Amino acid sequence: MSGIETAGWDVIVAGGGNAALCAAIEAAEAGARVLVLEGAPKDYRGGNSRHTRNFRCMHRGPLSVLTDSYGEDEYFDDLIRVTKGETDEGLARLAIRQSEDCLPWMERHGVRFQPSLSGTLSLSRTNAFFLGGGKALVNAYYNTLEDLGVTVRYEAQVTHVHIENGQFEALDVTLDGESLRILGRALVLASGGFQSDIDWLARAWGPSARNFLIRGTRYNRGVVLADMLEQGAESVGDPTQCHAVAIDGRAPKYDGGIVTRLDCVPFSIVVNRDGDRFYDEGEDVWPKRYAIWGRLVAAQPDQVAYSIIDSRSVELFMPSVFPPEKADTIAGLADKLGLPADKLTQTVEVFNAACGEGTFSPQELDGLATEGVEPPKTNWARPIAEPPFYGYSLRPGVTFTYLGLKVDETARVSGPDGRYANIWAAGEMMAGSILGQGYLAGFGMTIGTVFGRIAGQEAAAHVV
Amino acid sequence: MSFDAATQSPSTDTIAEARRQVEICNACRYCEGFCDAFPAMFAERAFGDGDIVQIANLCHNCRGCYYSCQYTEPHEFALNLPQALADVRVDSWDRYGWPGGLGALFQRRGVALSTALVAGIALLFLAQAMLTPASGDGFYAVLSHTVMVAIFLPAFLFPMVVLALGLRAYWRDVGGAPVRWTHLHRAALRAGQLKNLDGGQGQGCNFEKGDRYSQARRHAHQATFWGFLLCFASTSSGTLMHYLLGLEAPYGLLSLPKLLGVPGGLLLTLGAFGLAGLKLKADPQLGAQKAWGGEMAFVLLLGLTGLTGLILYAVSGTGAVPAMLALHLGAVLTLFLTTPYSKMAHGFYRFAALVRDAQQRQA
Ligand SMILES: Cc1cc2nc3c(=O)[nH]c(=O)nc-3n(C[C@H](O)[C@H](O)[C@H](O)COP(=O)(O)OP(=O)(O)OC[C@H]3O[C@@H](n4cnc5c(N)ncnc54)[C@H](O)[C@@H]3O)c2cc1C
Ligand code: HEM
Ligand code: SF4
Ligand code: SF4
Repeated sequence: MSGIETAGWDVIVAGGGNAALCAAIEAAEAGARVLVLEGAPKDYRGGNSRHTRNFRCMHRGPLSVLTDSYGEDEYFDDLIRVTKGETDEGLARLAIRQSEDCLPWMERHGVRFQPSLSGTLSLSRTNAFFLGGGKALVNAYYNTLEDLGVTVRYEAQVTHVHIENGQFEALDVTLDGESLRILGRALVLASGGFQSDIDWLARAWGPSARNFLIRGTRYNRGVVLADMLEQGAESVGDPTQCHAVAIDGRAPKYDGGIVTRLDCVPFSIVVNRDGDRFYDEGEDVWPKRYAIWGRLVAAQPDQVAYSIIDSRSVELFMPSVFPPEKADTIAGLADKLGLPADKLTQTVEVFNAACGEGTFSPQELDGLATEGVEPPKTNWARPIAEPPFYGYSLRPGVTFTYLGLKVDETARVSGPDGRYANIWAAGEMMAGSILGQGYLAGFGMTIGTVFGRIAGQEAAAHVV
Repeated sequence: MSFDAATQSPSTDTIAEARRQVEICNACRYCEGFCDAFPAMFAERAFGDGDIVQIANLCHNCRGCYYSCQYTEPHEFALNLPQALADVRVDSWDRYGWPGGLGALFQRRGVALSTALVAGIALLFLAQAMLTPASGDGFYAVLSHTVMVAIFLPAFLFPMVVLALGLRAYWRDVGGAPVRWTHLHRAALRAGQLKNLDGGQGQGCNFEKGDRYSQARRHAHQATFWGFLLCFASTSSGTLMHYLLGLEAPYGLLSLPKLLGVPGGLLLTLGAFGLAGLKLKADPQLGAQKAWGGEMAFVLLLGLTGLTGLILYAVSGTGAVPAMLALHLGAVLTLFLTTPYSKMAHGFYRFAALVRDAQQRQA
């Protein structure tokens, strides 16, 4: 292991996900001697990026698998809608504009795209899907790095960044149980958010966060982020917030990924532990509402909820990885789900009585609403009446945290005395600048790719 | 003993394991673009045993879905779809080969196939020794044409009958419909190009280079496949020339049997030994591990068949002919006789799966 400490690295990249890999590729192609430090073991390399499926991309005409066109302004409007204006317009437009050039760059570096997956046709214009998903993308980039002769170390946890007079000097790294101090001339930080540090999450959000599930990697514990903030690096993004969606309550604590997604809410009634409904399940089409359900469930006792459907709705949404509980009566289903049977029966009866006449139409807002029940269900309000009945438990699943490092348009990080001379950040680590709240499907990979590339280029230009 | 291949109960644990994994894939779908197996899966919501067997026979073991899966071990979902489907496939071929048990023997045990080979060669030596023809040219001086036909005609027809029964059982299990020309057309194109081994976009499969794509296996298989067909055509053309035209072997260099047989033999030999070499480099855990030995023996047997055929041609007119003839014909005999029970069966069932897939796409 010795030797690595003083090997004379031009650029050290902390992290091993999409943003880190894009930075490392750019820096190596510019001629820099690059070291990548991935905290996870090789089997789990690639952070949350290994769970992704697509990349949101601006394009002025058909591009690769993308149909039609998706212009800068439309893209920006979509972003404003989800962030409610909490974005840095300059950085956001930079990411959007550069995304068009990124797609062919990704293809040149081994990433393969496929047509929109079955069940996601609505995204075929805006989002390019990776063949094999994010892990295939990550594999392609690691292979590119190998071909470029870049050194990659797994299970290399960065614990501290040594900064002298606004200048990065060295990293403390735990590697194979050994503590090393690795010298380098430029640093790219791309080690994600802090969502896998449950203690931190609980401090930020409140103790209920201990019951949250983490959808992605267990290795994004925010160690580098915390270290930088302690040293006075400028931050951005709400430190108390995380992006959470409602996922199957039986999902594993970490790394459940895409298959734990549950799309049944609009066709169901959702009750809490006590058997009470608490929010309009039919407020809007699911893609526009799924993100709020993480918070809604988080606010319920024990941070759990239950989605109840009848046999008519069971095939209206993509299957989840776990089969639902099933029973011939509502009371029987309540028993299986551990809910109070009388209460659930009553809730369903009250709901059913409030359902009116009309045409149920699952693909659009059908206006089939309840009357005289609180909370109302404003679309798809069809009685839960045809046995067998099915139930899924729901829990908040955290996708990412918003707190990050503030960067400029060259991805450079700022400290207490202005911009650091040689520290850049990319990906989730700085995404809070652009995604102040909410989320736009496929934009995480866009931010990581665009700013990863910029960071790599800038870091290399600084040293080479 | 029943003559009906499907009466043995399916090995439910391999099917159950494949079903578990397929249901995870159905909630994920990231691998949709790799091959025909995924779209076939995503058209269903619940998977009967026949559905799983069909998906397993569609899978070409390209391994793309393993290397790109975020749920492989040590993840608790423990995805290894290429392995799970290979296990189901191997079990299914065992089940469809009558009499039961022979499949399990030859498909999985390299030793069994090797023993059969030795027996086959010995049989040919014996036939030569005991039935030395009174007259004849070339090989027929060693073994008369009549004797050859007496040995090889049944050795060819018997496996065909067994395979036909097996395919019938397969077709019933997967719910096949009457076959139309368009189904055969699509299936033949996809089999001939080995489309499902090209990664979906022509980049190749993941075999000897792990998570990097490579064309090596596809190309080696193409050589083996087309080489075998050429050799088969060569033998068939010889038979036709013999009976229809009264032209007897040995044939000249520019005759149809030689024009087909020499390139065919070269392709078959290079392809098969190429496949064997690749197999040594690939990760055995992504295939049917219990069948590895039988598969390897089969690949080598194919290579040996091609090689001995070429050598036989090269030594013609010398004293080595009787020995080489026994070696070559012994290999061919073993290959034919074990067809329904060895890896050789894969071509037939895979083709059936492609035909069935063509039907389902039209539906
Ligand atoms: C289930 C799921 C699905 C998603 N789907 C999509 C999608 O389809 N499209 C999309 O655009 N976005 C998606 N996202 C969001 C997307 O994953 C992120 O925006 C993106 O991956 C961020 O990339 P990154 O490189 O910044 O972080 P990551 O990919 O998370 O990489 C962080 C890396 O840093 C390493 N690391 C952490 N701490 C240390 C340390 N101390 N020392 C060394 N290394 C360290 C980690 O091991 C990891 O390799 C999804 C997220 C999840 C959870
Ligand atoms: C319908 C036609 C065929 C199809 C679709 C097909 C398909 C395949 C596939 C997908 C594999 C790799 C996966 C596996 O090992 O199961 C394979 C392996 C193999 N095939 Fe075929 N095949 C066909 C016909 C043939 C023929 C006619 C031959 C030669 C006689 C042949 C020889 C081989 C050999 C030797 C292997 C083993 C390779 C190994 O074990 O690594 N195939 N075939
Ligand atoms: S193999 Fe893995 S990545 Fe591919 S579809 Fe199945 S679960 Fe998804
Ligand atoms: S191994 Fe290849 S052919 Fe088989 S299911 Fe996976 S991707 Fe398809």
